[in-house]
Amino acid sequence: MNDDTIQTALQQELYRIAPDIDIDDIDLTADLREEFDIDSMDFLNLVTALGKRFGLEMPEADYDRMRSFSDLLGYLQAQTDQTP
Amino acid sequence: MSQFLMPSLGADMEAGTLVEKLRNPGERVARGDIIAAVETQKGVIEIEVFEDGVLQEWLVDLETKVDVGTPLAMIQTDHDAATASSASDPPNLPEPQAPEPPNPEAPQPQDPQPNVVPPEEPERQIPEPEVPGPEIPIPEVPQPDIQPPEIGDIALQERRVGDKKRLRITPSARRLAAQRGIDLGTLSHQKDAPFYLQDIAALTQTADATQPSEMRAAIAAAMSRSKREIPHYYLSHRADLTNADEFVSATNATRAPETRLMLGALYLKAIARAVKKFPEFNGHFKDDNFDHSEASHVGLAISLRGGGLVAPAVFDADAQGLDDVMTAMRDLITRVRTGRFRARELTDATITVTSLGERGVDQLYGVIYPPQVAIVGIGTPALTAQVQGEACVPRLTATITLAADHRVSNGRRGGLFLQEIVKHLQNPETL
Repeated sequence: MNDDTIQTALQQELYRIAPDIDIDDIDLTADLREEFDIDSMDFLNLVTALGKRFGLEMPEADYDRMRSFSDLLGYLQAQTDQTP
Repeated sequence: MSQFLMPSLGADMEAGTLVEKLRNPGERVARGDIIAAVETQKGVIEIEVFEDGVLQEWLVDLETKVDVGTPLAMIQTDHDAATASSASDPPNLPEPQAPEPPNPEAPQPQDPQPNVVPPEEPERQIPEPEVPGPEIPIPEVPQPDIQPPEIGDIALQERRVGDKKRLRITPSARRLAAQRGIDLGTLSHQKDAPFYLQDIAALTQTADATQPSEMRAAIAAAMSRSKREIPHYYLSHRADLTNADEFVSATNATRAPETRLMLGALYLKAIARAVKKFPEFNGHFKDDNFDHSEASHVGLAISLRGGGLVAPAVFDADAQGLDDVMTAMRDLITRVRTGRFRARELTDATITVTSLGERGVDQLYGVIYPPQVAIVGIGTPALTAQVQGEACVPRLTATITLAADHRVSNGRRGGLFLQEIVKHLQNPETL
């Protein structure tokens, strides 16, 4: 999968949850929940949407690898590379 | 014939704007049908009808803001049809407690024109939450045309959105527009581009600094009333959530994200269970009298982007399984965040829980939402050092607080109630 496609998808899903936050204004390496002001329900919805979109399980055990925007993007890229 | 009124959707609502008419005149309506949507400071709320009958006519135009208690539509009820021949009094006439509907006097013969003078700006009174359902049967009298009153400086001429075309606008932008009193009908479409929050914010930048949002004012009014009328007392207790957290992790390990549990569902269920044993914390205090509720409808305080707060109910949380409570909670939060929920959800909560989630502080003391009599606050769980026997061990704990109404209960019972909640949380598999 194309990296740009993944980034676009991630931005779209974040926009659905936090339309008032501009991606240009946030620290991509800081805590995603802080930067986008999202709570655990928002985060679960984000994980659910991304899981469906990319056909990934997004296990809770991997949540530590989804802390920042950059982490999450990297995680999605790595996981989608493994799926045929 | 009954009037379908702009309902009061809680202690902090004074007015609402009719934004959707979901039924046409002449159509049948059945009890429980959603026939309209109303925009309030809390978002778009779907309004149910409480009787079977036929929708006679709409009395208020779309995008018109009217006070609580104002008739929105007339409904010919089946009961009317059945008793049409007998001119008896309507049965069970509930005492309307809402601000009086601006029901003008019947036209006097000497009046050349039954020109109804709109009342002065309505007094900023807090509507009693014990407003009857949106429908109040009234005696059959000739109905003069009802002119909606003027509210503040918002003129109530017809205001339609575009050519009845719904504006493309994000929920947060719609909310902000409502908070700032921006007439959506005056916004121009730009090649079908949706309005975003920043567009609305830009329109209101000047007013921004001076005007607190309507929702903030509404919250302040309700909370002031609570603090004025309710003799609060406060208790705090530490809850060990290690078992609960491990239970949630173990459950979720094999689940897809859409069916995963959150600790919040356990809080709701534990409280709903605990009030069964401590009924004096579950119900409504009205007219110097506490009505205990058999059902546990746990209100969930949900913060909105942009600073708002609402506490709609998860119904019968005690009677549902944990997964069902989680589904209900998720559905409720999703709808509230997109600015759309149901009237009953706002008025029928019997106790409220407010939780700071994972990014908050150690403890919070809630302000009771009238006419309820208790609110449970759950601080952010954190690993703390706990003494077990001779050892100090790390455990996940949270501080759980209770603010309750001294007119109904006392600290001793409150303490036992908190312990009961904690007991349930420590045995999550039994929830």
